[in-house]
Amino acid sequence: MNEDHHRGRRQWLGLTAAWAAALAACKRAATVEDTGPRMLGTPVSAYGERSSFETAKRALPDTRYPETASSRTPLQESCGMLTPSSLHFERHHAGVPKIDPAAHRLLIHGLVDRPTTFTMEELRRLPSSSHIYFLECAGNSSSEWGPKTGATATQSHGLASCSEWTGVPLSLLLSESGVQKQAKWLVVEGADVCKMQRSLPIEKAMQDALVAWGQSGEALRPEQGYPLRLVVPGWEGNINVKWLRRIQAVEEPYMVRDETSHYTDLMPDGTARMFTFVMEAKSLITYPSGGHKLKPGFCEIQGLAWSGRGRIARVEVSADGGRTWRDAALGEPRIEKAFTRFRLPSNWDGGEVELQSRATDDTGYVQPSKEALVAVRGVNSQYHYNGIKAWKVAADGSVSNA
Amino acid sequence: MRSLLLLAVSATMLAQSPKYGAGRAPTEDEIRQWNISVSPDGKGLPEGSGTAAIGKEIYSNRCARCHGEKGEGRDSVPLAGGQGSLKNPKPIKTVGSFWPYATTIFDYVSRTMPFEKPGTLTANQVYAVTAYVLFLSGIVQEDAVMDARSLPKVRMPNRGGFVADPRPDTGGKKKGVR
Repeated sequence: MNEDHHRGRRQWLGLTAAWAAALAACKRAATVEDTGPRMLGTPVSAYGERSSFETAKRALPDTRYPETASSRTPLQESCGMLTPSSLHFERHHAGVPKIDPAAHRLLIHGLVDRPTTFTMEELRRLPSSSHIYFLECAGNSSSEWGPKTGATATQSHGLASCSEWTGVPLSLLLSESGVQKQAKWLVVEGADVCKMQRSLPIEKAMQDALVAWGQSGEALRPEQGYPLRLVVPGWEGNINVKWLRRIQAVEEPYMVRDETSHYTDLMPDGTARMFTFVMEAKSLITYPSGGHKLKPGFCEIQGLAWSGRGRIARVEVSADGGRTWRDAALGEPRIEKAFTRFRLPSNWDGGEVELQSRATDDTGYVQPSKEALVAVRGVNSQYHYNGIKAWKVAADGSVSNA
Repeated sequence: MRSLLLLAVSATMLAQSPKYGAGRAPTEDEIRQWNISVSPDGKGLPEGSGTAAIGKEIYSNRCARCHGEKGEGRDSVPLAGGQGSLKNPKPIKTVGSFWPYATTIFDYVSRTMPFEKPGTLTANQVYAVTAYVLFLSGIVQEDAVMDARSLPKVRMPNRGGFVADPRPDTGGKKKGVR
């Protein structure tokens, strides 16, 4: 495909040149002094810390109300497909509550034959399962609607993370409670002081929603809903209610604040889309990205792609502002509704370049350009931006938002 | 002799009889205490009532510092104004211009407000503040009584302004479609 175009870009994406550069780099590093430690290291420890040399941290907002705010995952400093729980993005509406798991209860009531209260211990005794899913705030990348786009991957896409979640399927709990046929929605509510709530269609609840207590090998972090949260795979972060305490089976959605005033998408004609749950396919180049400084020679382009509708089937990378594209290699395991890391070897010759990535999921949906999104939705819908993100590499190697 | 019986891994999760016997039945009182959600047709609205005339003072003391005396939104989101602005280049989304249901105001105020002390207003106070917020947008009269019967009947100006999710609306399946 497009061989002529590719030939013209060989200086950037050509493998031959890339390997030559990599080999040259290896030769230069041939003489190594032994600078290793000469004393015993620190003893074993009960709970590990990262190296004191590592500095990746969540980006905090400048706000007078940090209890109703978000912090962002530094995606450009991540490797692989998982986000460390300590760096998982946050969005709270009334701060992080401190909840004693021994005192926590989950109540299921409403249109059920058997209203039931579960303790944490009772929930943990039920058949459990573990799944790797991304979680993304509906407002992630809202900066990209306007002319002033996010300057770094953290700023533009940092309200997305990926974890392994362990819990009991919500369908099992609903079945235990004898959910009735006329129940079409669930009101799901947290135990934070503002009792954050949403309405969840029962169909999705029965399909793959998880009532989770585990995150990436340990208990949920307090800021991720300890001791219990809802995980609604592929759907906007807000409905993944944290500190889950109550599930009420009802016939109609309750039209709560966060599905009317907020998390609705205003269109140019003045109407607003409601219950826009799914997070559509999206990708982002994390290296090189805003704030990085490239050196001429070999460069492995890397990034993350995800889709709330399924598995990532393809990620293409362009080095000429979207005129020509080349397929990136997709990391394994490639899991539906999880981050997929993509990689593409390249060689940078010192010229000005505009880099883009474009994801396709296994439904055939192709990540749109910003122009295509704006043409349909205007610039005031705030949520669910999934357009192609571009980074400019200047002649001096500095990388910035296009 | 006691033993552990191994069960087959099964997919019969949707059986409608309890299979695991986990949890216990809550009392009616427990459910009542926990169930604070209010539906658009008024399910869950408590006893009590209030008017904008009464709500004005509560609002002034508990709400105005962030939302402004007239709901103009000083440090927080505006509550009034913006009607007719939703098609504008800079739309102003407020309770008056955007919110489709009056019951949502009661539900949201009672569970989240005031921001530093959520859940501390009485039902009467929440009805009164709700009435005042509606009054600021010219939706109810100053002496209109808001209670479990009248509040669900309040017609919000943007009640018909919401549509279902039509996505995917971009990202056509043909390769190269942008």
